[in-house]
Amino acid sequence: MEQQTGTFTVKKGLAQMLKGGVIMDVVTPEHAKIAEDAGACAVMALERVPADIRAQGGVARMSDPDLIRKIMDSVSIPVMAKCRIGHFVEAQILESLGVDYIDESEVLTPADEEHHILKHNFKVPFVCGCRNLGEALRRVGEGAAMIRTKGEAGTGDVVEAVRHARTVMGEIRRLTTMADEELMRYAKEIGAPYELVKETKELGRMPVVNFAAGGVATPADAALMMQLGVDGVFVGSGIFKSGDPARRAAAIVKAVTHYNDPAILAEVSMNLGEPMVGRNISQMPESEKIAGRGW
Amino acid sequence: MKIGVLAIQGDFAEHIVLLRRLEVETCEVRLPDQLDGLNGLIIPGGESTTIGKLAVDFALLEPLRQFGKTHAIWGTCAGAIFLSKDASRNQPLLGLMDITVARNAFGRQVASFEADLEIAALQQDGSSPAPYHAIFIRAPIIEAVHGTAEVLSALPDGRIVAARQGHLLATSFHPELTDDDRFHRYFLSLSK
Repeated sequence: MEQQTGTFTVKKGLAQMLKGGVIMDVVTPEHAKIAEDAGACAVMALERVPADIRAQGGVARMSDPDLIRKIMDSVSIPVMAKCRIGHFVEAQILESLGVDYIDESEVLTPADEEHHILKHNFKVPFVCGCRNLGEALRRVGEGAAMIRTKGEAGTGDVVEAVRHARTVMGEIRRLTTMADEELMRYAKEIGAPYELVKETKELGRMPVVNFAAGGVATPADAALMMQLGVDGVFVGSGIFKSGDPARRAAAIVKAVTHYNDPAILAEVSMNLGEPMVGRNISQMPESEKIAGRGW
Repeated sequence: MKIGVLAIQGDFAEHIVLLRRLEVETCEVRLPDQLDGLNGLIIPGGESTTIGKLAVDFALLEPLRQFGKTHAIWGTCAGAIFLSKDASRNQPLLGLMDITVARNAFGRQVASFEADLEIAALQQDGSSPAPYHAIFIRAPIIEAVHGTAEVLSALPDGRIVAARQGHLLATSFHPELTDDDRFHRYFLSLSK
């Protein structure tokens, strides 16, 4: 009996195992352990959380493979790592390390301003960001096995995450009411592959798992995203830029499981210490926003 | 017949879709009182450390152990780990099944695979004898079965990937990620 690896089913399948969970950004093996003990379903290994990338500026690249490997050795849960948009060699390096998922991420400085990585060429699965359904389905067309709405990373302001999740969910709802003969025109309008538009209509949801990301800082933020219909939540700077990371991490995990139970949400939101300071997006110059990276 | 699906974390929605297709009444279980009135429970795939931790935090361990003494429980992947007595690692377990499991036994995600299995137990209920196409995601193996636990299926190299002990069932793979409902029907036959 032959065993097939690297199929789209097993790539998509790992994302399905992450559903209802929280994926946390970590910059050291110690952080990774805190995240695992708090109940994270996976960690994202990187050198700097998005808030620090923002603060420090410069070119943001793939993290040192040695750091990623140390984080992989420190926990039993899946480990993800980021490569730059279009930087397929960084992706090859991450694949050779054996990371469980690659995030082709707008948080890093793009390496290609026209093309994303052809993700079908890899055995390791990819997650990509989106702001709307067209962008999501273009990424799935390139081989992404998981999608996350972008939000605005490193701000602690959930407003963009909400905007992107509402946009995607609203577009899917409208798509499900369209006549079949309207789908080709709609596919053209949103710049998405026709077959994936058709599949999305038939499923009534995104054809791959869809998490929220970019600005989640509190248990209530996480539950808000879940109630808006995403499958799980990425938390970047929100945990390790807060006053009590272990406590906040555990609270956000509980909030994602019990996202529909306000009494439990109240309970887990108590006495968490200082949240990350955050930056109000409405006062941020356009040039500092990163969600626009990706094509 | 009402089957609950533990909805702490993981692919519980996929199990619910398959159960609904079989016209079985189903509900999500996140808190102990939601076990009341169920004929059986499925513990889905996901991260066993996450599921175990939250089961402790929300006082589900003892109620689940009591439930499993008299009711059918099926664990897929993380669920199988959670059902076991021994996962070769310090993490919360139900300890209901006399099996020893090894987590991530095939390696990391790039080693996740699909393969056809021979599962004789599925053929006894009159269903087709076709091979069972199984999906393994960072899967555990069942290193050994003890006591009254029995092997339901193994890979050609002998590694055990499905086991049963009375009304308890453990699979390393994910029937909920396929359209093949034979395993769900087999579990329903244990849940009567």
